[in-house]
Amino acid sequence: MGKVIVVTSGKGGVGKTTSTAALGAALAQRNEKVAVVDFDVGLRNLDLVMGAERRVVYDLVNVINGDAKLPQALIRDKRLDTLFLLPASQTRDKDALTEEGVERVIGELKKYFDWVICDSPAGIEKGATLAMRHADVAVVVTNPEVSSVRDSDRIIGMLDSKTLKAENGERMEKHLLLTRYDSVRAERGDMLKVDDVLEILSIPLLGIIPESTDVLKASNLGAPVTLSDARSAPAQAYFEAARRLAGEIVPVTVPGEKRGIFGKLFGRKAA
Amino acid sequence: MSILRLFTRSPRRSAPAARERLQVLLAHERASTGSDLTAILREEILAVIAKHVQLDADRVTVKVDRDENVSILEIDVEIPLDAARAA
Repeated sequence: MGKVIVVTSGKGGVGKTTSTAALGAALAQRNEKVAVVDFDVGLRNLDLVMGAERRVVYDLVNVINGDAKLPQALIRDKRLDTLFLLPASQTRDKDALTEEGVERVIGELKKYFDWVICDSPAGIEKGATLAMRHADVAVVVTNPEVSSVRDSDRIIGMLDSKTLKAENGERMEKHLLLTRYDSVRAERGDMLKVDDVLEILSIPLLGIIPESTDVLKASNLGAPVTLSDARSAPAQAYFEAARRLAGEIVPVTVPGEKRGIFGKLFGRKAA
Repeated sequence: MSILRLFTRSPRRSAPAARERLQVLLAHERASTGSDLTAILREEILAVIAKHVQLDADRVTVKVDRDENVSILEIDVEIPLDAARAA
């Protein structure tokens, strides 16, 4: 049985879709079978970021309504044999998603894939709650910025109360993915530091993705950043995060931070 | 020179302010909107205490603090000096 991950944040524009694509591709690059699922019904974008926008025939809502079978709706990535996309519907709204329908689709995906990565819509409405509902693990995407941290805190509260795991009295595994991090500005005191965000949200760290022009370049081209430029700093950070998701113990490094601060590097808790 | 630096430097370090504002705000939000559980607990605890002492509903705070491994339920009840007699 595969693992279900929800990539969530509360706030929009912090990098959920970018991170879903990059983590999904990074795991598939390890030869694991990955399905990325776009839950943003009405505002789908994962297809565009992954360069599959012209290959969408059926979508999540079609599968839920029984208009299409799951294998018909899944789009195989042109670059990676083990990476598949289940797009969201562009013409419907979030009410088209039903709890039973989502449960059935996720259950089916879990049988065929090692990883099912759900790209949550922004907000705390139905789309977001359904995206997190069946998750085993949550990746909370946060920018080092006050409104993003506040919304992440709210989402963490929901992960601990509104998911199936939480309702069954189990502990929801949550990881922080800090994106758009600028170590120079943080060092100067103009941006919240990694440790500030970790202390406030108190969930373990999955990775730090540096602010980088490579991320925009990748989305311009319709490729996950781990595929478009595997040697770039954000790609390296996503590869590290993927390895941690897969259970490897990889020490967290702050991208761009000066070497020699060993205490800091070793003192930080990895996910 | 040193005076100039005083003026140019102080407004630049905004991150500590962000951190402080968030800590205050989230402590408050976790207490009030955290979950239905805190609201239910607050009401029931209030009802139990009100049976024995007279108290102001605003003086009861129920807070759930989340940590990596444990959650702490904090109940703060302020009882006026003459409450026991008044009830």
